[in-house]
Amino acid sequence: MRDLSSDLPVRFEGVSLHAGKTPLLDCVSLLISPGAPTLVVGPNGSGKTSLLRLCMGLVTPSAGKVSWGGRHSLGPSRLAMLFQRPVMLRRSVADNVIYGLRKSGMPRKLRTARMEDALARVGLLELASRPARRLSGGEQQRVALARALVREPELLLLDEPTANLDPAATRAVEAIILMAAQSGIKIVMASHDLGQVRRLAADVMFLVRGRLCERTSASDFFDHPSTGEAKAFVRGDLVI
Amino acid sequence: MNHRIFSAFAAAILLAASGVAAVAQDKSIVVASTTSTQDSGLFDYLLPLFKNKTGIEVKVIAQGTGQALDTARRGDADVVFVHAKAQELKFLEEGFGVKRYDVMYNDFVLIGPKSDPAGVKGSKDITTAFDAIRTTRAPFVSRGDNSGTHIAELKLWKEAGIDIDKAKGKWYRDIGQGMGAALNTAGAMNAYVLSDRGTWLSFKNRDDLEIVVEGDKRLFNQYGVMLVNPKKFATVKADLGQSFIDYLVSEEGQKAIAGYMIDGQQLFFPNAKHDPS
Amino acid sequence: MFDGSSAWQLILSGDAALYAIVWLSLVVSLSAVAIATVIGLPLGALLALTRFRGRAALIVLLNGFMGLPPVVVGLTVFLLLSRSGPLGVFGILFTPLAMVIAQALLVVPIIAALTRQTIEDLWLEYRDELTAMNVGPGGRMATLLWDSRFSLITALLAGFGRAAAEVGTVMIVGGNIDGFTRTMTTTIALETSKGNLPLAMGLGLILIALILMINAAAWGVRVWSEQRAG
Repeated sequence: MRDLSSDLPVRFEGVSLHAGKTPLLDCVSLLISPGAPTLVVGPNGSGKTSLLRLCMGLVTPSAGKVSWGGRHSLGPSRLAMLFQRPVMLRRSVADNVIYGLRKSGMPRKLRTARMEDALARVGLLELASRPARRLSGGEQQRVALARALVREPELLLLDEPTANLDPAATRAVEAIILMAAQSGIKIVMASHDLGQVRRLAADVMFLVRGRLCERTSASDFFDHPSTGEAKAFVRGDLVI
Repeated sequence: MNHRIFSAFAAAILLAASGVAAVAQDKSIVVASTTSTQDSGLFDYLLPLFKNKTGIEVKVIAQGTGQALDTARRGDADVVFVHAKAQELKFLEEGFGVKRYDVMYNDFVLIGPKSDPAGVKGSKDITTAFDAIRTTRAPFVSRGDNSGTHIAELKLWKEAGIDIDKAKGKWYRDIGQGMGAALNTAGAMNAYVLSDRGTWLSFKNRDDLEIVVEGDKRLFNQYGVMLVNPKKFATVKADLGQSFIDYLVSEEGQKAIAGYMIDGQQLFFPNAKHDPS
Repeated sequence: MFDGSSAWQLILSGDAALYAIVWLSLVVSLSAVAIATVIGLPLGALLALTRFRGRAALIVLLNGFMGLPPVVVGLTVFLLLSRSGPLGVFGILFTPLAMVIAQALLVVPIIAALTRQTIEDLWLEYRDELTAMNVGPGGRMATLLWDSRFSLITALLAGFGRAAAEVGTVMIVGGNIDGFTRTMTTTIALETSKGNLPLAMGLGLILIALILMINAAAWGVRVWSEQRAG
């Protein structure tokens, strides 16, 4: 195991993100600490993806600051991210997972052992030598999870990973996410599926039009939403 | 991974190719000669004989005479073997050549369509024939490439009293290519063309062409050979080159040249003197 | 040199001169493509993944050079390699090596330009994932090149087609020396100019058949690999 200083907590201080004139995120301040899963919720276009990309360091804020464990730049990190559509490299499932360990400096035997362990955890060990691009959407997302988990991240960011999957695949992916959470990985996941939020969230960040409207525990969010938009959202209305 | 295999393959091939090149360079010379000499097939016949005797590989670059002399002026050839005496003497004067030797001669023939629009068939006077072509504006193909044949053609226009630069019109087709290409073009256009006999005899795509004028003394075509001056280019293989020249003018070489036939006809007539001009 | 025989007769009788010419053509063109690949793949990938001033101009130049006239390349290399030229001391004018170099110059722009486009397109798809996995510039190039290998094979075949089919370059820098630098294309040109048109056409068909065979082999390799790697 690499002994790096932690990248948690992730802190946003007055962070805004603009694409041209359009504000994607507007003056957001938050703290992500180790613990149970946090779900990032909100209607489409509310800034969930932007928030996750800022957490991952894929974009820099137009205003405000993002810090990881007190540091302002992200070195070789212990963060991992899953996207809505996973990108499978043109090689076998096993090689895709091992790809996550490229720079680890681990000896080959150890890498193979880790890879097999990760595939076993996501239930895909028998498919290890299959070309990854031939798998179904759900299976590919599980490969992406194995690829992320094999690096033993502190924080796992997921951007609507089951949005394109059928219920069975969704359940499989959610089970793996819960298992990862139980092993101590902080989960921050974007979702627009209320049922999924109920199933997975310990706490909720609710975004509307780029602003962080609410940040509460899951039960408080569903039972006692404080803002009008949150109430409408929980009711199932469209929040414009 | 595939990359490395690829590069290794490439490196191996390159080595092989340059290895072949290197070995072949050992006992070989580059001779700049003309397309008409090559197209006549003389080299295919003569060079193996020379190689058998001396073990020297002769690599022939076939171009127009002008181009061949220029190649030698750049030092890219060891020996030059062409057929335009005036240009060859100029080459010598400029100091690029060591000594000029006569080797052989053949003749030019005027080729034309069987329909003979200029009415020159059977004439023994090449200049009146040229004049007739100009007057009737019969199509005429010129090599236009500074070759020995081209230079001879220009000389004949002059001897016919015609300033071809002024007289040429649509009928005069300057194609800037070798003898074979000129014959192909003349056949396709039903045009007249001046050719050396050697190329004509070995040319297969005659269409409706035939020899219309021959035998005039002015159609005489002399071939000469020179060693490129090693003082100008240290890389010239002077010894090997001189062996080739010596062979060409020797009794054995001259006999071989005379022995080259196409369809039972002798193409080249050896006339090496024993005092070089 | 091929007096009288038809192309078919030459093949059947295993005519040594014909096979030597075919062999030389393949060695020269394949070597040229190999060199051009080693230069062009990384060049194209680099161009696709980096940003710098003048990048757009360089891309336009590279795309334009896909259409470099072979005869101009031949002339340029000729002047460089001539004994009176700057690289004359190596004495490689009128040798197969000169032909390989000249053809490689023709093929590099094709491979580089097509690689650049392929890698740039794939990068759009892979960008987030590779950045999230902290893949450095070298790793990106290697991963993108490997993952687009099937499209890149097409680029290589395009390069090979160009090399095998051209006559202007090899004629000028090789000199069409009998038994030494004579290739399929220069032989076809020569036999045409000697009026041996049926033979020239026959040789032309042999050349086309060879190019098709190589393309078929590449296709086979691709199908086999795709089965293994998706």
